[in-house]
Amino acid sequence: MFTAIGKVMMNWLDQTGGAADMVRSAGFWLARSRFEFKQFVLQSITIGVDSFGVTALTSLFTGMVLALQAGNTINNIFGDPIFVGTIVSFSLIRELGPVLTGVVVAGRAGAAVTAHIGTMAVTEQLDALYTLGTNPTQYLVIPRMGAFLLTMPVLTVFSNIFGVIGGYLVAVYALGVPGEVYLSDITTFMGAKDFMHGFIKAFIFAFMIATVCCYKGVSTRGGAEGVGKSTTGAVVTCIVLILVLDYFLTAILAAFGI
Amino acid sequence: MIEIKHLKKSFGSHHVLRDVNLKIEDGKITSILGGSGSGKSTLIKCMMRLLDSDGGEILVNGKDITKVTNPFRLAAVRRHFGYLFQEGALFDSMTVGENVAFGLSYLTDIPKEKYPAVIKEKLAMVGLKEEVAKLNPSELSGGMRKRVSLARVLAISPKCILYDEPTTGLDPIMSDIISDLILEMKKKIGITSVVITHDMHSAFKISDYIAFLYEGEIMLYGTPEEFRKTDNPYVRQFVDGSSHGPIQMKLMRE
Repeated sequence: MFTAIGKVMMNWLDQTGGAADMVRSAGFWLARSRFEFKQFVLQSITIGVDSFGVTALTSLFTGMVLALQAGNTINNIFGDPIFVGTIVSFSLIRELGPVLTGVVVAGRAGAAVTAHIGTMAVTEQLDALYTLGTNPTQYLVIPRMGAFLLTMPVLTVFSNIFGVIGGYLVAVYALGVPGEVYLSDITTFMGAKDFMHGFIKAFIFAFMIATVCCYKGVSTRGGAEGVGKSTTGAVVTCIVLILVLDYFLTAILAAFGI
Repeated sequence: MIEIKHLKKSFGSHHVLRDVNLKIEDGKITSILGGSGSGKSTLIKCMMRLLDSDGGEILVNGKDITKVTNPFRLAAVRRHFGYLFQEGALFDSMTVGENVAFGLSYLTDIPKEKYPAVIKEKLAMVGLKEEVAKLNPSELSGGMRKRVSLARVLAISPKCILYDEPTTGLDPIMSDIISDLILEMKKKIGITSVVITHDMHSAFKISDYIAFLYEGEIMLYGTPEEFRKTDNPYVRQFVDGSSHGPIQMKLMRE
C-alpha cells in the first residue's frame, strides 16, 4: 500500500513539476517571441461562447435556489424573508460565481483544450510545430492561457449578474420580497472589496485551469485512449483544485481584509 | 555533410540506439533500413532534435548539434531540416493551404501577400492542383496527405529533408509516385534526403546509399548495388523479406 501511495505521490510531483516547467517556458517565450494574437482572439471567443450558456443557466438556478432556501429559512425564524438579496449576492459574488464559472469552464472549454492539444500530441502535430519554426508553448499554450485569463473574469461577472437575477425572480415572485428591498439589500452591504474577492479568485482559477488543461494536453501519450484519459484527468484535477483552492484563497484574502 | 558519431539513445532500460555511426552526403539520398522498432525514427528525431540523445555527436557542417540547448539556437538547428512525418502530421484545424504556408511566417521573410503563390507553387511541385488548398486535411487520401506534408516541408526550403516512412500505408502505385517525388526533389533542387523505410523496392529505386540499422548500430552501409550483392545473413534476410534467418531466430529467442 505504501508503494502505491508513493507512486501516486511521485506521479503527482512529477506532473506538478512538468506543469511548473511549462509555465516557466511560457514566460520565456512570451517575453522573447511574438504573441500569437490571432490564436488568442480565436481562443477567447471559443472559450467564451463554449461556456457562456451553461454558466448563465447554472448561475441563474443557483441564485434562484439560494434565494428560495435563504428566504424560507429566514421566514421560518423571523417570520419575514429579510436580507435575501444580501445572502444571494454575498454567496455568489464572493464564492459561487467564480467557483461555478470555474467548474463550467473546466468542464467545457478546459476539456476541449486538453482534447485538442492531446490529439495534436498523439498525431505528431506538436512535433510538427517544432519542425516549422515555432513550438507548442508559443503557438498553443500562451494564447490559451491569455484567453482563459481574459474570459474567466468576464464570465464570472455574467455569472454574478445571472445569479442575482435568479435570486430576484424567486425573492420577488415566490417570496413576496419587494424588488427595491432586494436590490437595496445588495447595494447597502456589498462593497468593492467583495467584487475584488471574487475577481482575484476568478483570475487564479483561470490560471490554474489553463495550466492544468494545457499541460495535460501536451503531455498526452498513447493514442485515442491517452486523449480520453488526459481529458478526464484535466477536468477532475481542475474541479478538485478549484474547491481546495477556494478554501485557502478565502482564508488568505480574509487575512488581508479583502 | 552530416556526420553521426557514436550516437546513443535509451528509453529507460531499453537501449534503442547503442552506437550509431553514419555519414549523410550532401545532395544524396540515404535510406535507413531496419525492422519495426529498430530505432530508425528515433535516429531521425535525434537529428531533428525532437529527441535528446544520451551520448555521441551529430555534426552538421562540422558543428555538434546535440550540445545546443538555447531555444533560439535550437530553432536555428532545426531550420536546417525539413521533416516529413509518417502520417503527415497536418494541422487538422487548418486548410491544406494554411498548412503549406504555416512555416513561412516563422522561417522566411516572404510577405503574406505572396503566400498564395507559394502555396500554388509547392502544391504543383508535389503534383497537386491549386484547388486542393481549400480542402481540410480530413478530406484527403493517405497519398495526398503525404504530398501536402511534403509541400509544407518544401515551402520552408530546408537543406535536408528527413522522411519518416514515406511510403508506408500506401498502395504500390502511390508508393512509387512518392518515391519519384523524392528523386525529383534531389534532381530539381539538389536537396539532401534521409529516408527511413522498410520498403525495399522504394529503397533500391531512390537511394544513393543505404544503411541497415540493427540492434542499435549500423550493421551495413553501402550503395544499393552492394546491398543487393551482400552475403551478410541479417541484411540478406531483410532484403529478401524472408521469415527464415538469423533475425527471425533472434526474435524467437526474445
